Amino acid sequence: MTRVEASTSAGSVVDETQLQGAGERSEPAGGDQQGAGERSEPAGGDQQDRFQQLIDRDRRIEPRDWMPDGYRRTLVRQIAQHAHSEIIGMQPEGNWLTRAPSLRRKAILLAKVQDEAGHGMYLYSAAETLGVDRGTLTQKLIDAAQKYSSIFNYPALTFADVGTIGWLVDGAAICNQVPLCRCSFGPYARAMIRICKEESFHQRQGYELLLTMMAGTDAQRAMVQESVDRFWWPSLMMFGPPDDKSPNTAQSLAWGIKRDTNDEVRQKFVDMTVPQAEVLGVTLPDSELRWNEARGHYDFGEIDWHEFTRVVGGDGPCNAQRLATRRRAHEDGEWVREAAIAWAAKHTEDPVEAVA
Amino acid sequence: MPTTGVPTGDFTAAPDSSWPLFEVFVRGKRGLNHVHVGSLHAADSEMALHNARDVYTRRNEGVSIWVVRADEITASSPDEKDPFFAPSGDKVYRHPTFYDIPDDVPHM
Repeated sequence: MTRVEASTSAGSVVDETQLQGAGERSEPAGGDQQGAGERSEPAGGDQQDRFQQLIDRDRRIEPRDWMPDGYRRTLVRQIAQHAHSEIIGMQPEGNWLTRAPSLRRKAILLAKVQDEAGHGMYLYSAAETLGVDRGTLTQKLIDAAQKYSSIFNYPALTFADVGTIGWLVDGAAICNQVPLCRCSFGPYARAMIRICKEESFHQRQGYELLLTMMAGTDAQRAMVQESVDRFWWPSLMMFGPPDDKSPNTAQSLAWGIKRDTNDEVRQKFVDMTVPQAEVLGVTLPDSELRWNEARGHYDFGEIDWHEFTRVVGGDGPCNAQRLATRRRAHEDGEWVREAAIAWAAKHTEDPVEAVA
Repeated sequence: MPTTGVPTGDFTAAPDSSWPLFEVFVRGKRGLNHVHVGSLHAADSEMALHNARDVYTRRNEGVSIWVVRADEITASSPDEKDPFFAPSGDKVYRHPTFYDIPDDVPHM
């Protein structure tokens, strides 16, 4: 029964973006129908020209459009890495689910970890529109053939880390992700809009947790400071290598996949975080961190790129543990996946008919 | 997103031994259409509904959900976009702005 209506809705993804309040730029002409702009495009030309026109006009590329292999490959790599990060990202904080100090904190943490799983699902869904299968991506993750954000290779040793991860790690993620809401690839941009809305809760719950601890005992304040000391530099590494060592950035910018360079986003994060640290009453562990009046930005010290390379390369504190946990979950879940398929096959009215 | 028949270069999905893909449509509130929000995998349509609730409506984003298997959706192709939509391209008289009405005519 839904066949016709469903395909109509599937074609109206632009409306969805507008409903969600971001993403699509306003149309050049105030046309009362979306189609007007499309029709006025120069007809014909080959596929490459049409793709380039869409990019030049800051329009979105959608899954059924032709796209260069490099564009598809870059997006698959980036979205998969992003999805893997959300999934692996459940582990450091998940460690504290059974140890949260109150029911309130436990409920919040459960909701947050569930969000991370949801974000992974949105992103795998976006990656699949590019023709890659989620099972294949999962296999590549557990075979270490694809990466995830190296921040999750650091352990969450104290409950203050739950707060610091929300404040700094999710704060850095927000800085990275907000520009991606305008990514030229529609499904990725739409997933990011959803994710950004939810990340705000993550960051605020973390900051509030730290504020609460800072209003507590000396031991609690020391615990927060120690946690910030450990997470500050790895958080700055989350934006990736510096611009002069990031060979793919220029092409990603030209394709509208990235909107800002790594160093630009990193600076933005530092500028917004320093005043938050002051309110919190913690010291960021960087003796070179100071306001630069001339630049209108905070200067900060040199990042230990050797450590970054080492952790990305697999030699961080928790790399092996993270992958082993993910692999075990996947293998332990295999019989469940098979049983669900067997159940579905056994009750085999056409599953779609069952809904109608 | 139905991508059957769309060239995907090196990334053609492996033969699908896993759960099938479902597209998810959510009605945000009464009075609005169901809108496509994304996709997910499930063994059958009932599981797809439950997964859709957990993945796409954790914060009261919906009052109703449709799920449909992605391979059941028939979609137009961007390659044939121009001819497919051409019949409406030259019919400007279907729009109210085609007609000049004096400014002093009320309620029009």
